[in-house]
Amino acid sequence: MIQSLLFILVAGAASWFTWKGFSRVLQNINLGKPETIRDHKALRWRNVVLIALGQQKMFKNLLPAVLHLALYIAFVVTQVELIEIFVDGILGTHRFFAPQFGGFYTFVISSIEVLSVLAFVATIIFLARRNVLRVARFQKPELKGFPSRDANLILLGEIILITGIFCMNGGDKVLQARGVEHYQLTGNFAVSTWLGPALFGGLSNATVGTIERFGWWLHLSTVLGFLCYLPYSKHLHIILAFPNTWYARLTTNGHMQNMPEIQKEVRSMMGLPEISTDSNSGADSPLNGGDGGGLEFGANDVFSLSWQNILQAYSCTECGRCTAACPANITGKKLSPRKVMMDVRDRAEEVGAAISKGQGAKGNYDDGKSLFDRITPEEIHACTTCNACVEACPVMINPLDIILQMRRHEILTQSAGPAEWLPMFNAIENAGAAWSMSEPREAWREA
Amino acid sequence: MIVYTMAEMAAQGKNPEILFWVGCAGSFDARAQKVTRALCEVLNHAKVEFAILGSEERCSGDPARRAGNEFLFQMTAAMNIETLNMYGVKKIVTTCPHCFNTLKNEYPDLGGHYEVVHHTQLINEMISNGKLKLKEGGDFKGQRITYHDSCYLGRANDVYEAPRALLESLDVDLVEMKRSRKNGLCCGAGGAQMWKEDEPGNKRISLERIEEALETNPTAVVANCPFCITMLQDGLKAKEKNEQIPVYDLSEMILSRLL
Repeated sequence: MIQSLLFILVAGAASWFTWKGFSRVLQNINLGKPETIRDHKALRWRNVVLIALGQQKMFKNLLPAVLHLALYIAFVVTQVELIEIFVDGILGTHRFFAPQFGGFYTFVISSIEVLSVLAFVATIIFLARRNVLRVARFQKPELKGFPSRDANLILLGEIILITGIFCMNGGDKVLQARGVEHYQLTGNFAVSTWLGPALFGGLSNATVGTIERFGWWLHLSTVLGFLCYLPYSKHLHIILAFPNTWYARLTTNGHMQNMPEIQKEVRSMMGLPEISTDSNSGADSPLNGGDGGGLEFGANDVFSLSWQNILQAYSCTECGRCTAACPANITGKKLSPRKVMMDVRDRAEEVGAAISKGQGAKGNYDDGKSLFDRITPEEIHACTTCNACVEACPVMINPLDIILQMRRHEILTQSAGPAEWLPMFNAIENAGAAWSMSEPREAWREA
Repeated sequence: MIVYTMAEMAAQGKNPEILFWVGCAGSFDARAQKVTRALCEVLNHAKVEFAILGSEERCSGDPARRAGNEFLFQMTAAMNIETLNMYGVKKIVTTCPHCFNTLKNEYPDLGGHYEVVHHTQLINEMISNGKLKLKEGGDFKGQRITYHDSCYLGRANDVYEAPRALLESLDVDLVEMKRSRKNGLCCGAGGAQMWKEDEPGNKRISLERIEEALETNPTAVVANCPFCITMLQDGLKAKEKNEQIPVYDLSEMILSRLL
């Protein structure tokens, strides 16, 4: 009875913290500009199934893909056991499903155990890749400090979770074998039937009973702690990967979002009739009222990005495949597409926190800072727009889209940007060519 | 080589089936001009009726748009679309993947709807349907050649096979680089980088790419983009290999093998 009350208290508190955390993330995502995305539903569901659920793009790199798949399947299947933990926790029963499902129960728990062993091996290899082998993409400057600790903490949590499962099942199997009352027979579990006696065989019934309860609570509290922690962690991708692949842009990689407002302006300036922009399924309006009421183009903050860009930032698990593929980063430039995504997310966190403290609201927020305080012009100028980062992302995040929106802000709103581009701009405007040339455009015909 | 402008064609009361969009590099860059002429000769050989815009053509706007200058892009694009629509252009071929991408994917948003093909696709199609026939054997047969995917033909538009099919029709021994197709490495010129110095770093992207190309121990490097050709040649110069290893555009290789 006390255990049931304690369980309800712990689970209730964890649910409340989790709810608060996820509401915060949702609120921060909505700091972005509204954009309606509901076209091509079949294609979007296909992306969710193949890319998020099926992890299609992970398989560009076989070893991490297989290890990640093991962890992922183990995680999903283990949730079945969690359902029982909840039922037992509330009702005060012990292995509620065992008598109802019999042999099938044994099979499910055995599968969880086998997957847990695989997940354990994968976790150890993942830890080694980060901390011993020091795979290059995990050693970049943007991962220093919290991001590295965050990654290791999640992996450590995985090990604790698996330890909990084997304490619980192993202890149970020992007590079942000894015929202790309350521990009903469940059939042989693939791992704990031999692991339990091997580890706990020499201990007294009372001690093994404690270990079994310890394992049960350890498993439960790790899962609940994990849920509370998710909205503060890169690990949020386990949930957001799904909406992120659904909402991802579907146009060909080469297509840059049109700016209908500028198009309208230019056409009226040139005396051309307006054209309907039904194909411009982009953001509702690239304009937002700046502080002086002046027009702003492009993006310099979370408010001028689409909410979809911010969703992408929160979906990023900082794996760094984008940065490892980026030609600028490979050749030592400061640009790292992963850092761009992390910076957008961190800025959303900063702004969201200030707004929730009552320091301004969406629409009239000004802390004297912008995305440019985090992402420097040097970084966005290094981009070759090659789409390697877009191609590399396993969950369809598009760092290039944000880089280009920031370039637009720099040129159109700040009238800044690399001075070397001015002759090119002038040449296009005045001579109709990317270089100022004296000979006629078709002079090559005569050679 | 016979090349008319649309205006010249119109004066003769003709409306050619294909417009060859030459682009700024193809018009003014000495190396890219050779590719322009090569394609014209290939088209002449296949008796394709085509024309160029000549002085009526303006920059497609790709570098301006990628630099962030949307005003300039909208302006130059609107002028081009007015011209193209005035001549009733239906089909366009380009030798530049940047022009190709902009005309194909971005002009429709602005009211310019055309069938746009890259010259490697057009030549491949003409070989498939027998309009072009190639000599047996020849200079490239069995040569170790590596092919560089440009970002704007490759990842931006998923055109990977047409250029490779052409290399196959030339009987070359195609040796792929480690990073190819979807994983191809940029030459370093895109996103208006062509018009500025590199940001601080420890290596030029073109050098990184050409080193990878040289690992395949090729007798020639093949590209499909005027900017890639420039960058790859720069890389070869830095490696002091530019005398031994040429960088070809596919149209040049096809031209030398026409029957």
